Amino acid sequence: MAEELKIRVNDRPVAVAASRDTPLLYVLANELGLQGPRFGCGLAQCGSCSVLLDGVEIRSCSTPVGAVEGKAVTTLEGLPALYAAQRGLAQPPALHPLQRALIDEQAPQCGYCYNGMIVKGSELLARNAQPSEAEIRQAMNGHLCRCGSYPRIMAAIRLASRIMAEERT
Amino acid sequence: MTTLANMPLSRRDLLKGGALTVAFNIAAPLFGPTSTAVRAATPDPADLDSWIAVHADNTATVFFGKVELGQGTTTGMLQIAGEELDLDMSQLRAARVDTEVTPNQGPAVASLSIMDNGPQLRAAAAEARQALLQLAATKLGAPVERLKVVDGVVSVAGEPSRAVKYGDLIGAKQFNVKMTGKAPQKPVADYRLVGTRVARVDVPDKVSGKYVYMQHVRVPNMLHGRIVRPRGQGAYGDGARIASVDPGSIADIPGARVVRKGDFLGVVADNEWDAVRAADRLKVMWQVPPRLPVQAKLFDAMRASRTTDSVIVEEGDVPAALAKAAHVSSATYYGPYQAHAPFAPSCAIADVGAQSALVMCSTQYPHGVRGVLATTLALSPDQVRVQYYEGAGVFGRACHDDSALAAAIMSQAVGRPVRVQFMRWDEHGWDNYGPPHLADVRAGVDADGNITAFEYHGWHHGWATMETSQELALGAAPQPPVSGRARLVNKETLSAVYAMPNVRLINHHVPGLDGYLKGGNLRSPMDLSISFAAEQTIDELAHAVRMDPVAFRRRNMTDPRWIGVMDAVTSAANWAPRVSHAAASAGRIATGRGVGLGTHIVSYGAAVADIEVDRDTGETKVKHLYGAIDAGLVVNPALVENQIVGMLVQSASRALIEEVRFSQTNVTSLDWNSYPVLRFADHPDVTPIVVQRMNERSTGAGEEVMGAAVGAIANAFFDATGVRMREYPMTPDRVRAALKA
Repeated sequence: MAEELKIRVNDRPVAVAASRDTPLLYVLANELGLQGPRFGCGLAQCGSCSVLLDGVEIRSCSTPVGAVEGKAVTTLEGLPALYAAQRGLAQPPALHPLQRALIDEQAPQCGYCYNGMIVKGSELLARNAQPSEAEIRQAMNGHLCRCGSYPRIMAAIRLASRIMAEERT
Repeated sequence: MTTLANMPLSRRDLLKGGALTVAFNIAAPLFGPTSTAVRAATPDPADLDSWIAVHADNTATVFFGKVELGQGTTTGMLQIAGEELDLDMSQLRAARVDTEVTPNQGPAVASLSIMDNGPQLRAAAAEARQALLQLAATKLGAPVERLKVVDGVVSVAGEPSRAVKYGDLIGAKQFNVKMTGKAPQKPVADYRLVGTRVARVDVPDKVSGKYVYMQHVRVPNMLHGRIVRPRGQGAYGDGARIASVDPGSIADIPGARVVRKGDFLGVVADNEWDAVRAADRLKVMWQVPPRLPVQAKLFDAMRASRTTDSVIVEEGDVPAALAKAAHVSSATYYGPYQAHAPFAPSCAIADVGAQSALVMCSTQYPHGVRGVLATTLALSPDQVRVQYYEGAGVFGRACHDDSALAAAIMSQAVGRPVRVQFMRWDEHGWDNYGPPHLADVRAGVDADGNITAFEYHGWHHGWATMETSQELALGAAPQPPVSGRARLVNKETLSAVYAMPNVRLINHHVPGLDGYLKGGNLRSPMDLSISFAAEQTIDELAHAVRMDPVAFRRRNMTDPRWIGVMDAVTSAANWAPRVSHAAASAGRIATGRGVGLGTHIVSYGAAVADIEVDRDTGETKVKHLYGAIDAGLVVNPALVENQIVGMLVQSASRALIEEVRFSQTNVTSLDWNSYPVLRFADHPDVTPIVVQRMNERSTGAGEEVMGAAVGAIANAFFDATGVRMREYPMTPDRVRAALKA
């Protein structure tokens, strides 16, 4: 049964009408019109639908919306603001450093998986500012790219790490 | 409710609209069956206005019929148009591919977009430039020969104050000029945009989240639909016959309805999650005959089938040459069914009325899918408008057209727009798989290292002739899949690389309705399998005469472009000449390096692979792949490098782990666990190399390194272990078995 649920998305409280068991993804995409999280497998195998829940990456395709009440959901759209908050910046940048790095590396092909790549990569960089190659591979392993752009995503995460180090000074 | 701005616009709106970033972001009423707007015909390629519109703000919109699949075609096409028009990239926009807006340039397949359609667009842009220069000559009172153009500003040479902008010459008016095909084109030596590393126009929005994929599109009054089929297809042609459906099984889901047309079954609901649940819960009894072979006997079935055989090449006397050869290599090779498995399942929206239909989808051929939609909907093709929205990369014919048909069938049944998104198991289970390939190869070499004979027998079935939704809805029997380009033993791959005096290539066409899966073109169709077999054969000959595999190949090559591309990749890889497996270590981890060459239709591909094999577990890791391509004039080397990166990673995935699994009734590999692809933990490092040839014709650059890379990986395996892998994927089980044998 649909009921009114209050959730917090990208630092804004929103009320949505949905049954509690509805996967968060469908609420974000259809009720809130967000383009970041998107359907890939519905099985938590690919990372297409990733969002942050209290700063930790989760799969919105298999997380019931009822389970995120009272918690902070951050989608791709909210990453620059979250980054600004994490770094104590006065203004959110237009793009998260990883997004800028992915453009510099001209990484995507179809780009559909990049929601998950950016959400997961930003989570990694927030807790480990200078990840090693092995740490990047391990952290990102739950995210598929069928176009095979992994090497450029790896390069972009390393570049973002350098951008963030420069922004610190 | 989502308010998506990407409502379709008519071509007239686009022509008067100025820069398309504006045009595509204003919300306009749905131009669908309910609209009273006058329907426009597909633009006539003989009219210059079908290709290019110059706007008053000195920008131009370029109309071309090839779709963006993530390969960067849009950027490359704009570079070509901008080069001839002397416009900067910031002054150029591409129109969305739409059967009523953009000309029909054929399907975006076989890496032909830049090769076949680049010249068409170049000619149109040259025509537009000529027309604009004639207008400028009149306006400025100077002959055309004295005019020069920079960024759309025409001036008289040496008199910069005598100048006029393109936009002021033509404003919002049309050219009203027929294409002559005779407008002078810029000499290659004067290129300033083509051949350079222009950044891709779609990347910023793809990274920021603003890019509108098909899966994002919503239209007013829309229902969500899901197809209902058995989990995993059975034999092609059997469809999925419904024995019984129990609509009561979803009666408790609000607004959920069953849609049935023949054996086509789906559900619709107002709410997407309700549609997903209804499709999952609907009780259906299917009739699915067990007509597939036992998977382990697949290749036996192909060999025993009633094949149609054809001689592709018969040169010299192969049996006599083999009889005289110093060494003969003879082996059978096997390649599996592999899936497109796009990262996102197919999605489409259809709005079907009594006299017309609007279908938004990710087809590789918007103009082409019109006919199939029309047949299925009992409309005429000109009543069907198809609009392209990019989905996830498919690398061939997956389920995009099938999903478009499913949406159209459901919309027609319920009288409202319907959005259909396949579930993961639909996409994995009802794909048009890359067909399996079986090859018997024999080749001979003389004592000096000259290849004297090469014989190849290839068994292969063709591609699906009908989309499943149409087959089910109309109760129609598909036609038998036929042979054709990329479904035949390929002489470009097998007899054009090396100079060989005696060659026999025989194609054995397996009847695809006799108990096989639906086939379709999957990136580098057939050629990946062919190169796996052929490049190992060549390597065996090199080993037999104790020659370095690169030196052996060079000795047997005459075409400077093949030699050039091999030199490019071996030089990047610092190839050190040596006989394969001559200095192998005996430890648990065996390392090896191999080389391979290959193509797909045209262009020249070469690769070097560095791999590691764990002799205990059988696990093979591709550590580094170097890939080079000579695709003639490369419009944008950065785009092609990105294609090579993807080809190399996908090749490693296909060589090592990808294989469709099936029982005798249906496909059983229905998700990313049962059909794994390479992930971050195991992807190789890559080095892409573009051999730029500014004065050669542009040829394909999206699939030609695949076969080379798979050949290089297989040859590296031999270098590491001294054992040949005759079947891929080279899974740990197969590797352990081969090492034991």
